[in-house]
Amino acid sequence: MIREFSPADVVYMLAAARWTVALALFAMVGGGLIGMLVAVLRIVAFRPANWVARAYINLIQGTPLLGQLFVFFFGLPLLGIQVGAWEAAALSLSIYASAFFAEIWRGSLQSVSPRQWEAGAALGLTYVQRLTHVVLPQAVRIAVPPTVGFLMQLVKDTSLTALIGFIELTRASQIISAATFAPLPVYGTAAAIYFVICFSLSRLSQRLEKRSHAAR
Amino acid sequence: MNYNFRFNALLPYTGEILRGVGLTLQLTLLTAVIGLAIGLFVALASSSERAALRVPARIYVEAIRNTPLLVQLFLVFFGLPSLGIRLDASVAAMVGLSINVGAYAGEILRAGFQSVRSSQVEAGRSLGLTAGQTFRHVVLFPAIKAIYPALASQFVLLLLATSVVSSIGAADLFHQAAFIDSRTYRSFESYALITLAYLILTLAFRALLSAIYWLVFVRRSRP
Amino acid sequence: MPLVEISEIHKRFGTVEVLKDVSLSLDKGEIVAVIGRSGSGKSTMLRCINALERVQAGRIVVDGIDVTAPDADLNRLRQRVGMVFQSYNLFPHLTVERNVMLALRLVRKLGEDAARDIARQMVAKVGLAEKLAAYPDELSGGQQQRVAIARSLAMQPTLMLFDEITSALDPELVGEVLRVLESVAQEGMTMMLVTHEMNFAKNVADRVIFMHEGRIHEDGPARETLLEPRTAELRSFLSAVLH
Repeated sequence: MIREFSPADVVYMLAAARWTVALALFAMVGGGLIGMLVAVLRIVAFRPANWVARAYINLIQGTPLLGQLFVFFFGLPLLGIQVGAWEAAALSLSIYASAFFAEIWRGSLQSVSPRQWEAGAALGLTYVQRLTHVVLPQAVRIAVPPTVGFLMQLVKDTSLTALIGFIELTRASQIISAATFAPLPVYGTAAAIYFVICFSLSRLSQRLEKRSHAAR
Repeated sequence: MNYNFRFNALLPYTGEILRGVGLTLQLTLLTAVIGLAIGLFVALASSSERAALRVPARIYVEAIRNTPLLVQLFLVFFGLPSLGIRLDASVAAMVGLSINVGAYAGEILRAGFQSVRSSQVEAGRSLGLTAGQTFRHVVLFPAIKAIYPALASQFVLLLLATSVVSSIGAADLFHQAAFIDSRTYRSFESYALITLAYLILTLAFRALLSAIYWLVFVRRSRP
Repeated sequence: MPLVEISEIHKRFGTVEVLKDVSLSLDKGEIVAVIGRSGSGKSTMLRCINALERVQAGRIVVDGIDVTAPDADLNRLRQRVGMVFQSYNLFPHLTVERNVMLALRLVRKLGEDAARDIARQMVAKVGLAEKLAAYPDELSGGQQQRVAIARSLAMQPTLMLFDEITSALDPELVGEVLRVLESVAQEGMTMMLVTHEMNFAKNVADRVIFMHEGRIHEDGPARETLLEPRTAELRSFLSAVLH
């Protein structure tokens, strides 16, 4: 039965967009935690740990997210873990995000000049004190804008979970498009909703970047 | 765990996988070149002083960068026919990807042109070079050198992103996973294998891009 | 007729007036050192002469070309006015030889061979013949600056502008650049230099202009002006730079 594309559909899409945001936030938190661990492994003074972290990052950044989604979707049940689309989506996006966060944060840590470490040492600070009081505060300031920038990337990437059947904004649009045969307005609306979310995030990232430059 | 992984069930499909690799590489290179050409126009237009050029370029870049590639592909493939433009899946994939890359390449190029210090431009102008000559001989090469790493990672991302075109039925490497899955009923093995094939492709592609960088920018030809 | 005629120019950056009613004329063959504190407007004046900065009022005529006219032919102007910068500004992607050849080929439209001949001659003149194939980042600051001078001289300008060209150099590299400048001066080139090298100004320049707060505060023969400053401002400036 074909029906018109109506305001009720837009409401349905907006409701689905909440899942887009929820998924992105979940991956932000989950990926953030794993990413922190990977970033540390990447820079600690223990070679094998560095190699493991690099291999992990290369594996995740060298394969398509779409492939990772399908591998988790079909792979987890084989391990005896029954998952739905949400679990597979949340897990694989978290892992995907962790590799990028690890690289962003490693770069931020390393961009703090070695002289800062020396200056801290010259004042008699311990390694941990130098890290927490001298280097980390500077690194965080550097890391915030690209981190928010990647969150915007993550919002766009959640659209791929539609292809394993998770009902977020893109999947909802596919369903409505099939029911109304009005793909242009439906996908146009979806694009507009994504735009509002992502544009706000990229503006936020730009403002944070300006502020961190001004603070230096 | 009592599942028997049977990757050897996929062996008969080596030919399909290789064909997929070829299609994906073809799609990546073609859209990289078209995207770069679009990007050059967009970069020049968005640093133009004329609003009639600058504003449309900015709208294009922002619209593309703030929406998912998948939705853009759906708009091109499913949306355009209602405007009377009916594209074949593989053509739609190419069009959608090129438009997408064009916006990102445009931003990278624009940043590159701006990164060449204005003192270099002044040096060119005070030798009597015209604006065009200064751009071509003074700005362009250092700018390309400066943006090459960003552009290279963009192209690696593009290679990975091409996997999305399978969702509108265009033939590529990722499409082969669904095909093999449908023949063997080995979903996990099919997708895992294809995903790893991408890893090999990206590693090789990255090595190639680094080699090009080294050849063009590091090794300097001595007279 | 003077080679450079600056009449009553004004230059503002936003609300800051950098040049206030500056007038000056320069004859062919004259070597003028412009001195003054940073922010006194000396570099800005130099940059106005080849129109890297545009003035808001007044007139500048260089070799018969009205620089300040809205339709001034800036490319023709810049072919006659060479400029060397504090930060050398060599093109990092070109060898020494190619740096010098670029404008010869593009602006003077010389062929590859003719341009190369001139480039080699000019680079030899600044004492760097063995560095023709080197890239800028393989040279010391002093060597880069000498190449920059050669690059400008190769265009056979009628006037050379030097904007604090030794300020970015390590002290031990300043001498080699000044020696190149001296040899250029001996060939009769008209030169205007913004400099902090007072001894050089005293020994090589014909004339010294002291700028203060956007105006020309003193203007006279080099030795006399530097040895017997007439104004308190120049006296205090000199005692600050000499000690």
